[in-house]
Amino acid sequence: MSFQIAHADTVNVAVASNFRGPAEVLAKHFLNHSGHHVRISAGSSGKLYAQILHGAPFDVFMSADELRPEKLEQNGLGVSGTRFSYALGQLVLWSQRKQFEGADCLAVLKLLNFDHLAIAHPITAPYGAAAKDWMQKLGLWENVRSRLVTGENIGQAFHFTASGNAALGLIAASQLINKDIPHGSCRYVVPVAEHRPIRQQAVLIERARNNNAARAFLVFLRSEQSAEIIQRYGYRLP
Amino acid sequence: MLGEGGWFPGAGPLWLSIQLAGATTLILVIVGTPLAWWLSRTRGFWRTPVEAVVAMPIVLPPTVMGFYMLILLGPAGPLGKFWLSLSGDTLSFSFAGLVIASCVYSLPFVVQPLQNAFQAVGEDSLETAATLGARPIDAFFSVVVPQSMRGYLTAAVMGFAHTLGEFGVVLMVGGNIPGRTRVISIAIYDHVESLDYAKAHLLSAILLVFAFLALLFLYFVNRPRNHV
Repeated sequence: MSFQIAHADTVNVAVASNFRGPAEVLAKHFLNHSGHHVRISAGSSGKLYAQILHGAPFDVFMSADELRPEKLEQNGLGVSGTRFSYALGQLVLWSQRKQFEGADCLAVLKLLNFDHLAIAHPITAPYGAAAKDWMQKLGLWENVRSRLVTGENIGQAFHFTASGNAALGLIAASQLINKDIPHGSCRYVVPVAEHRPIRQQAVLIERARNNNAARAFLVFLRSEQSAEIIQRYGYRLP
Repeated sequence: MLGEGGWFPGAGPLWLSIQLAGATTLILVIVGTPLAWWLSRTRGFWRTPVEAVVAMPIVLPPTVMGFYMLILLGPAGPLGKFWLSLSGDTLSFSFAGLVIASCVYSLPFVVQPLQNAFQAVGEDSLETAATLGARPIDAFFSVVVPQSMRGYLTAAVMGFAHTLGEFGVVLMVGGNIPGRTRVISIAIYDHVESLDYAKAHLLSAILLVFAFLALLFLYFVNRPRNHV
């Protein structure tokens, strides 16, 4: 049915909050490239996963972990064989409070020189799980627990930190890649080897099995052009 | 303080919500009484604008209130800065912060029933009290308050129930801290998001039953009394 090639479709993509920025840029490029529109819904991976379980009309799921896309594949809601890693996430310890200007963010964390540390919810958000894992490995978890504030997703953790309500935040590197975002008073890029890797996977949802636009978007995600954009946002490639 | 577990899963958030609703209701009944009294008696220019301001939380999205609260309570905000200098702690993500936010959120639910009750108190009974030599404040407590008991019950139950059901504002200013800001509605949201439906069911059922009982009580108190 070659007459359908020029037909412009809309792909509904559920995106983990950390990837919202790059996903919007990718959507723009994909539109130029294919003529298909991408409609983005951002939230914690856990929330989006639960929504897909209940029949949410998403065509593609871009999770912040590999666990949930894998589960979707197993229970038949994800199309098997379409799952792949599109990025490796990067945690950053960041502050916007003037009092930490020029300070060593990691030392502030270790010395408990702060009131609140914002993280994403460790159960529903993979970045929260990675933050917890990292602090557990450093032996800091028990000490910081009483100072934790939890964002529903990494977007809220970032907003708690950027507004200065939380002194420190463990956020995604991609969230700082925006010219409107101030540099902050201190930042520490968490070594990836110190926590379980944030392997971000995408999967085609069963309802879009025959949706060519959705399949084209997944192909586009693996292109050179996409790789360049993803890296520009502070991710590494798998 | 009960932990996350307590006697049953979710007892901690439930107890926290009860404390929050109790503190908020108490403050609002105290602060709301003079405000409602003034609104029920004044004929001045400011009455209408103040009534509109009091009613605003009914129509404002919780996100709008949450957003402004986060700015107001934050370390750079006017209220947050003052609190920080006083207590050395930030107001956002604290129980005290939630009480302040809830007082704004539930204000109309307490002030409006009180105002209605006060308006129903006739001038003549106040004049009688004055003639008998009662000072205005005595007249208020000996004449107005007893006549407004239904209004007070309605205000207290509405304020309490509405605060118990608060979600959007707390989601934005609370930070989901167990024992401090993880109230029952946030706990339910959490359980649903993490697909823990058993716990979500339990807590939701508790709120459902409570909401029914609270409204049943209100309708009972305010039922029309027919003369037989």
